[in-house]
Amino acid sequence: MTDASVPQNVAPPPAEVPDVDLYHAHSWITKYVFSQDAKVIAIQYAGTAIAVGILALVLSWVIRLQLAFPGAIPFIDANVYYQSVTMHGMIMVVYMLTAIFLGGFGNYLIPLMVGARDMVFPYVNMLSYWVYLIATLVLVSSYFFPGGPTGAGWTLYPPQSILTGTPGHEYGIILMLVSLILFIVGFTMGGLNYVVTVLQARTRGMTLMRMPLTVWGIFSAAVMALLAFPGLFVACLMLLLDRTLGTSFFMPSLVELGERKDYVGGSPILFQHLFWFFGHPEVYIVALPAFGIVSDLISVHARKNIFGYRMMVWAIIAIGVLSMVVWGHHMYISGMDPWFGFFFAVTTLAIAVPTALKVYNWVLTLWHADIHFTTPMLFALGFLVTFVNGGITGLYLGNVIVDVPLSATLFVVAHFHMVMGIAPVLVIFGAIYHWYPKITGRMMDERLGKIHFWITFLGAYAIFFPMHYLGVLGMPRRFYEMGETAFVPASAATLNIVITVIALAVGFAQSIFFYNLFKSLKYGAPAGGNPWRAASLEWQTPETPPGHGNWGKHLPVVYRWPYAYSVPGAPEDYLPQNAPPVRGEHSP
Amino acid sequence: MFIAIAMVLVVAGSILFHVLSPWRATPIASNWGFIDDTMALTFLVTGAGFVAVILFMAYCLYRFRHVPGRRAAYEPENQKLEAWLGIVTTIAVIVLLAPGLLVWGQFITVPKDAMVIEAVGVQWSWSFRLPGADNQLGSSDVRYIDTTNSMGLSPADPKGQDDLLIASSELHLPIGKPVKVLLRSIDVLHDFYVPEIRAKMDLVPGVVTYFWFTPTKIGEYEILCAAYCGTGHPQMRGKMVIESEADFETWRTAQQTFEQSRKSDASRDKRASAQ
Repeated sequence: MTDASVPQNVAPPPAEVPDVDLYHAHSWITKYVFSQDAKVIAIQYAGTAIAVGILALVLSWVIRLQLAFPGAIPFIDANVYYQSVTMHGMIMVVYMLTAIFLGGFGNYLIPLMVGARDMVFPYVNMLSYWVYLIATLVLVSSYFFPGGPTGAGWTLYPPQSILTGTPGHEYGIILMLVSLILFIVGFTMGGLNYVVTVLQARTRGMTLMRMPLTVWGIFSAAVMALLAFPGLFVACLMLLLDRTLGTSFFMPSLVELGERKDYVGGSPILFQHLFWFFGHPEVYIVALPAFGIVSDLISVHARKNIFGYRMMVWAIIAIGVLSMVVWGHHMYISGMDPWFGFFFAVTTLAIAVPTALKVYNWVLTLWHADIHFTTPMLFALGFLVTFVNGGITGLYLGNVIVDVPLSATLFVVAHFHMVMGIAPVLVIFGAIYHWYPKITGRMMDERLGKIHFWITFLGAYAIFFPMHYLGVLGMPRRFYEMGETAFVPASAATLNIVITVIALAVGFAQSIFFYNLFKSLKYGAPAGGNPWRAASLEWQTPETPPGHGNWGKHLPVVYRWPYAYSVPGAPEDYLPQNAPPVRGEHSP
Repeated sequence: MFIAIAMVLVVAGSILFHVLSPWRATPIASNWGFIDDTMALTFLVTGAGFVAVILFMAYCLYRFRHVPGRRAAYEPENQKLEAWLGIVTTIAVIVLLAPGLLVWGQFITVPKDAMVIEAVGVQWSWSFRLPGADNQLGSSDVRYIDTTNSMGLSPADPKGQDDLLIASSELHLPIGKPVKVLLRSIDVLHDFYVPEIRAKMDLVPGVVTYFWFTPTKIGEYEILCAAYCGTGHPQMRGKMVIESEADFETWRTAQQTFEQSRKSDASRDKRASAQ
């Protein structure tokens, strides 16, 4: 069925995507609890991730209070401090950021953006969420066991993590490892789903190079996670055996507090290789979906196509591939063969090139644009500032010799919070403000959204920018108290108090967001189907919120890429992906 | 609109903070000035990049903000511009990486004449060992550790008998002489960290790691642990005293050898059992 008047480059390919039979829920429980609808699963994932994220936020206050007022808060002792550091880190990286980007946004957006009715394996998708929920509950339950959660640091380095000098060595560490293993099992089910859905269930005309960058980001992150999480899986399993059965995978002969242990021949450095083989790709598992989402937010709200789409896709793929071979930059001073330093410094700094190209293309998208300063746009711009700032400090830590004095100091803490804490969290907020109208049918309050943005963006920058300088000074991280240290001036303690005050304020300001989130459910202005006048497919659903099966009777047919904004000759400043071609149009 | 101004202010504030910040690297006390130089170069290159990108963005936000009637341009890509940006970025990365790798090459090449000493970490204190008259350290293993041999030296190894044991957490070193520090842990990971010498390295149970430096400034420096090692981690401190060759010799001759410490322990044990 080729219409002669339709230019070849925008015509959909003739092949039909077979429609699928979906499982239709009959009861409230199967519709909203044990649901197989990716959109419901997405909200379950995101809700759980945000809930456990709030716990992590409260734990960050414990950390900040201790650093600002050491010894002054009665309920914070060394055990509580290290347990808070560990749980805050692990929750934020794995249970919050990974879960919300892949399980939350991935589930909601992939089927809608590629024109599918649902994920390819809905039942497995449902299992993925429930296993994730159990993993989260197992982790949080460690607070109720004798000794409490593990205080091993989120990296869980043996031998320390399973010995008695570390809080939570009784049950906390076991529950942590079991929980991570469960998380990986759950993620694997979800991750396979995301990958297969993108590869198999795109609608007619939705070529890979017509997918929104959000889908590219989540897709690449899911592929990487499927390759990287097994590293963590075996590390956790072996460490669990070392702890429970007394095996010696990572445990060498050692004398602990005067007592000779039975371990012999294990390698602590092997654990670090396995952990960071997962741990570094993990940074990009969080970053790539954020890259994708931010590309779409900027494009929609600047009414302009994303600049250099093909370069953006190849940059995502290049970053994904390179990120699998840079893990050693976390181990420059670990005692591994120092010759590794040359290799990992080269790969790590090489990754800066595609990453910088992405930044340039985001900024160049703003050139000759028509920029609307909506709340999602503000958050996207906030991301750019924090990401550029956090990205360039990566050039310090990746360049092996510069890392030597900075590693294990607050410089590292400031760097990774800026680049994979604040930056992705700003994207999550932007994405929620952006897609909330599609999910609920109502707009969030713009005025509250902007107040929330300004406090969060400026506050977070003020927390983490000065912290780099404490690291340059040499202040080590993971110090429960600095004590009397000759090289640390009294002004450092003052700065720590300032940072803590700002951190508490920014933390409490998040209540504005939650108030907005719940208030708008009922009182938000009706959004209509496409309030941002966006071109990508998820805004073209027949119903808002989209019903089960997403597309009503017929799957949409896609004629162009998702960035057809301000196309010359088009009647409006956007052309939906599924709108029939315009005469003379040359969209990719 | 506000966001454009805010970005200019963020850039200006960051530069101002950088210039006025009282929190700077400690005065260097070792030969690793090249590390500081490489970091200074990195500050310069990345700082320029940060300022350029954010200010350009602020300009775009101001210049292309929505006003009634504005319509964006349509430009899917510009391969020439993208290629140029890629080349410029690659050059900047090479400018940072090349000197970094050169200095790393020095860092991992220990001078042949370096004095070899050993730092031993245990939860949560430091102790040290210096070679005796034979200029060699004896072998060690955790299985030799007992109440009279806390560092686990091999009792049978003749090379170890004259080794000087310093259990007081206070290490003295002569100025101007390269030192290779062998690092050994008998329980968990630790990290020998003196901010003023810039270099640091992990102690890993089961293997002996090392790094080297040349002390260049007389003074007393605090030794910290920079690898989280349990609840006592912040309290794991030691002292490094850099002094003249003569002062160092005086201090060294006052230290007890392994053999002497075993004898005095044995005689103490004998006295204790006699009582």
